[in-house]
Amino acid sequence: MKHLLSTDGLDRDQAIAILDTADRLKQALLGREVRKLPTLRGRTVITMFYENSTRTRVSFEIAGKWMSADVINVSSSGSSVSKGESLRDTALTLQAAGADCVIVRHPASGAAHRLAGWLKHTNTSVVNAGDGMHEHPTQALLDAATLRDRLGSLDGRRVAIVGDVLHSRVARSNVHLLTTLGAEVTLVAPPTLLPTGVEKWPVTVSHEIDSELASQDAVMLLRVQAERMTGGFFPSSREYSIAYGLNERRLKLLPEHAVVLHPGPMLRGMEIASVVADSPQAAITEQVRNGVHVRMAVLYHLLAHEEETA
Amino acid sequence: MASRQRGATDPAGDREILSAGDVARTVARMAHQIIEKTALDAPSAPDVVLMGIPSRGAPLARRLAAKIAEFSGRTVHEGTLDITLYRDDLRRGPTRPLEATKLPEGGIDDRLVVLVDDVLFSGRTIRSALDALRDHGRPRAVQLAVLVDRGHRELPIRADYVGKNLPTSKTEDVVVMLEEFDGRDGVVLK
Repeated sequence: MKHLLSTDGLDRDQAIAILDTADRLKQALLGREVRKLPTLRGRTVITMFYENSTRTRVSFEIAGKWMSADVINVSSSGSSVSKGESLRDTALTLQAAGADCVIVRHPASGAAHRLAGWLKHTNTSVVNAGDGMHEHPTQALLDAATLRDRLGSLDGRRVAIVGDVLHSRVARSNVHLLTTLGAEVTLVAPPTLLPTGVEKWPVTVSHEIDSELASQDAVMLLRVQAERMTGGFFPSSREYSIAYGLNERRLKLLPEHAVVLHPGPMLRGMEIASVVADSPQAAITEQVRNGVHVRMAVLYHLLAHEEETA
Repeated sequence: MASRQRGATDPAGDREILSAGDVARTVARMAHQIIEKTALDAPSAPDVVLMGIPSRGAPLARRLAAKIAEFSGRTVHEGTLDITLYRDDLRRGPTRPLEATKLPEGGIDDRLVVLVDDVLFSGRTIRSALDALRDHGRPRAVQLAVLVDRGHRELPIRADYVGKNLPTSKTEDVVVMLEEFDGRDGVVLK
């Protein structure tokens, strides 16, 4: 594997290999005083974030450092990007400076694919850390890792993804990955927050949350992405919360074993009630913890093998 | 196949070095040697743990631990230590899957760790294992037990317990088969 750009196109064997590696890494680091592996010694990983992020950037940085890679963070403010340098020139600069891997987050859908195209004849790998409303593959992988931890296998499991599917790269990546891993996905959202063409996705669509909950093994809540909204998608936050928020009453409709996921950042009281976020069924901090192991696994699969140029 | 004479060469050019019975006897002998060398049956016996290197070192460590318990009456803890993340040749081949790492109960600090592997060849696996151990704690001492030593060392490493010294040419392949993975025990030179 040279790049990780999307979960669309990641086959079942590749996905399971990454998740298994993440499990092994977690096991190898368990109870250690020195959380440092020499595996990527001498490799340089550059994170390039053109959008705000806490958990993704930090967890990539920790992942790289725990494997002894040199990790350098570039953000759009404070770099030549603010002087007007194009994404292409920035990428070629970082490659020329010696990056073995560029991890990119960008507001434009498809940015990571373009980047991989520009770096085609080099040995530099590209990881998509979120591109606009397109994909966020490592988030989907860490969600799958968390669900595997809690539920065992994903085969035949039912997962509802609730909320702002339209603007969500997390939803897109999860739909591809979870169905590849054998889960049945139901999207629950108001019609205004579903993308056009959703009928061609391998999912069931519902506009009503209460009737779906009893049959789910997991519920994944999405943040309502106000920053990407240009029109009126729903009357008010309060109304959204009443219609689609996971509150205490709805938590009781879920089977006891069901897992509650949220990719973060959470808007407590909006898509998720505070008591639900802090309930034992919520796996939100486990998601963050797994995020580090999954990203270590991704770096391992991209960087710890003989070079491939393609 | 089971009735084949030891050392006989089959039509494919494979030579049986150890039969299933030989493997069992060899493991038992190595268990006795570990008991003797570490003075496990003495009253002031050290705290010994066996760490198997996956894949085939892991079941070997379990078998040795069982034999040691049988012969000495002492329980020795065992675990597994995957060394893949410490290899020096990760960039010389496709991505290698990781194996299980499981530290024995109580960890390895201040204990006598015996590393267990199936074949000792270049010594690079053991170099990696020593690095990995260092990240997990500080053993009092480290020893090495291998079922087969086939020579051709590339590093200054030697085993403390050797089941079978087997002179080989570099082009030959030593295949250790264990019930747990291969359905039967045996060592074959290909």
